[in-house]
Amino acid sequence: MPADNLVEIKDLDFAYDDRPILNGISMQIPRGKVVAIMGGSGCGKTTLLRLIGGQLKPSRGDVLVDGRSVPRLKDDELYALRRRMGMLFQFGALFTDISVFDNVAYQMREHTDLPEELIRDMVLMKLNAVGLRGAHQLMPAELSGGMARRVALARAIALDPMLIMYDEPFAGLDPISLGVIGQLIRKLNDALGATTIMVTHDIQESLLIVDYIYFMSDGKVVALGTPDEIRASRHPFVHQFVFAEADGPVPFHYPAPPLAHELLGKGARP
Amino acid sequence: MSKRESGPGPLLSTIASIGHHVTDALQRLGFASRFFVMLLLCSGQSFRRPNLTIREIYYSGFQSLLIIMVSGLFIGMVLGMQGYETLQRYGSADALGILVALSLVRELGPVVAALLFASRAGSSITAEIGLMKATEQLTAMDMMAVNPIARVVAPRFWGGVISMPLLAALFSATGVFGGYLIGVVFIGVDDGAFWSQMQASVDFRYDIWSGIVKSFVFGVAVSLIAVFEGYDALPTAEGVSSSIKSTVVKSALAILALDFVLTSFMFREAG
Amino acid sequence: MSRKLLDLWVGFFVALGLAGVLFLALKVGNLSAANFSEAYPLTAKFANIGGLKVRAPVKSAGVVVGRVADVRFDPETYEAVVTFSIDGRYHFPKDTFALILTSGLLGEQYIGLDPGGDEKMLKPGDVIAKTQSAVVLEKLISQFMFNKASEGPAANQ
Repeated sequence: MPADNLVEIKDLDFAYDDRPILNGISMQIPRGKVVAIMGGSGCGKTTLLRLIGGQLKPSRGDVLVDGRSVPRLKDDELYALRRRMGMLFQFGALFTDISVFDNVAYQMREHTDLPEELIRDMVLMKLNAVGLRGAHQLMPAELSGGMARRVALARAIALDPMLIMYDEPFAGLDPISLGVIGQLIRKLNDALGATTIMVTHDIQESLLIVDYIYFMSDGKVVALGTPDEIRASRHPFVHQFVFAEADGPVPFHYPAPPLAHELLGKGARP
Repeated sequence: MSKRESGPGPLLSTIASIGHHVTDALQRLGFASRFFVMLLLCSGQSFRRPNLTIREIYYSGFQSLLIIMVSGLFIGMVLGMQGYETLQRYGSADALGILVALSLVRELGPVVAALLFASRAGSSITAEIGLMKATEQLTAMDMMAVNPIARVVAPRFWGGVISMPLLAALFSATGVFGGYLIGVVFIGVDDGAFWSQMQASVDFRYDIWSGIVKSFVFGVAVSLIAVFEGYDALPTAEGVSSSIKSTVVKSALAILALDFVLTSFMFREAG
Repeated sequence: MSRKLLDLWVGFFVALGLAGVLFLALKVGNLSAANFSEAYPLTAKFANIGGLKVRAPVKSAGVVVGRVADVRFDPETYEAVVTFSIDGRYHFPKDTFALILTSGLLGEQYIGLDPGGDEKMLKPGDVIAKTQSAVVLEKLISQFMFNKASEGPAANQ
């Protein structure tokens, strides 16, 4: 991997109250690349994004973004850093009380003193990039799921961020929207010269667009590699994931006592 | 492992659950206080953009006008009728103006207006902030380097604080008018006696000003409860709905308890 | 909603609210009638003030000219020291008489000022020398009964 990493995660631990989520995660996200973080639901992927964005503090280890340690930043420094990050939330998280146009213009109005005509041009350009320039007057409630995701994408790139993070960009989309979003993620990353981290469990779509993949399970990195390496991998976890097998290293059952014991009387209680 | 086999006895577990509730309540109180301090610290930031607060005055103040004025009118009319009923037995129907005005400006105006405000505006503030939290809009705002307390919470709080005294004054004013309507226009109490007796015994600094102070305090309490319950809501449908319920219940309790405290301070020497 | 329209409605709301306050202040309250901003204090000592309370009116010829500001007990003379503030527009002669009166038979008590004929006027902070205490109904009744009782046997004889 190249030495120039935009994001570096070093031996990171995190726990909600007493429930450990991440155990000793280390990752390097090289500048200019699209990197996917994969794993089953609830393995701590979203938590990882929040740690990179500084919304959560790790219990051990460090997160470096552009060479600066995120957990140690002061509030105003953190806000300055976040202006250079864009994040797409799982369900878009558009502001429902303002129009599509105002959603995309939101950060420009909050953080810059640009004249309204210039903001208008910039917003229309961003919306054009996601193919929704014609929808700028609609309210978020009038959009379909895929369109809302694209508007959120336009909002995430409003200030031309150096780092774009996607939290489950493909969740709940039809195959056509899914392909559209996938292509957009790749295209926007290259056009903006940004770096992309994408948390997802949609392996087939990801293999088409990303440069590098990390596999996570139980709060640890279990496998990593380029799409070609992943396809060829003999790792049982990766194999299960790529071929969508129901059972394997990721168990079908939530940990529980054997079914027979639970059905056949209390005496068998452990 | 079952609780019954190894856990404490029923008495001990009752005590433990009481203790748990107490620590929970204290923890929430602590968080609420910290939240209030954060809110005050962020207020300077949001005052630099007065448009945000003006918008909230529109939603919580202007849109509550109708319910406040209509309720005020009816309460004043009822006071006029009941007051006349009682006063005329003692031959002092002329004092109707005093009764209507004093009960409105001292008590009913601030208290009833605050109760209406809590259920009309407070609950919708809680719902709005709670839903923004549930749909990750607050998190998204935070990730966009916009402080949600300064941008969303503080304007709503100050909008409520500013609206409340104005609404209470309007409530009292329409109420006095309602009392006049019933007492003077319909029943026929002497017009001059109604106003002059009222003016002779309602003191601006003493009665009206303390009513305004009361409604300001209620405004702070209701707005704080409303924004806090919204901000602290669990990000689910049940969480938001129970926060709304809790806003209305807690506001009502806070208003009535504060009213008792303030009244005992303000009107003590009048005895 | 456009910003101008929003501002307009909020402006309307605030103006209406302030009008409400003004209505309460001028029409319901007595801010216009009794502006005691330039009031001056006077003091009087009474042997008994009855039920006189702070903020009770001070009247002269039936017109309210001030209000009772403070009631204290003087531990040396065992008298009640009443301070009241008088509207700055009115001045009273040195030999003004201060009485504690009752409005109606059972009404509230107030201070009545009977002006004398002195050339000199009372200055702010002065003490009114001539006072008459409150008529306490119980005392009056017991006095009356006592008189009756002492008269009674004499009449029989």
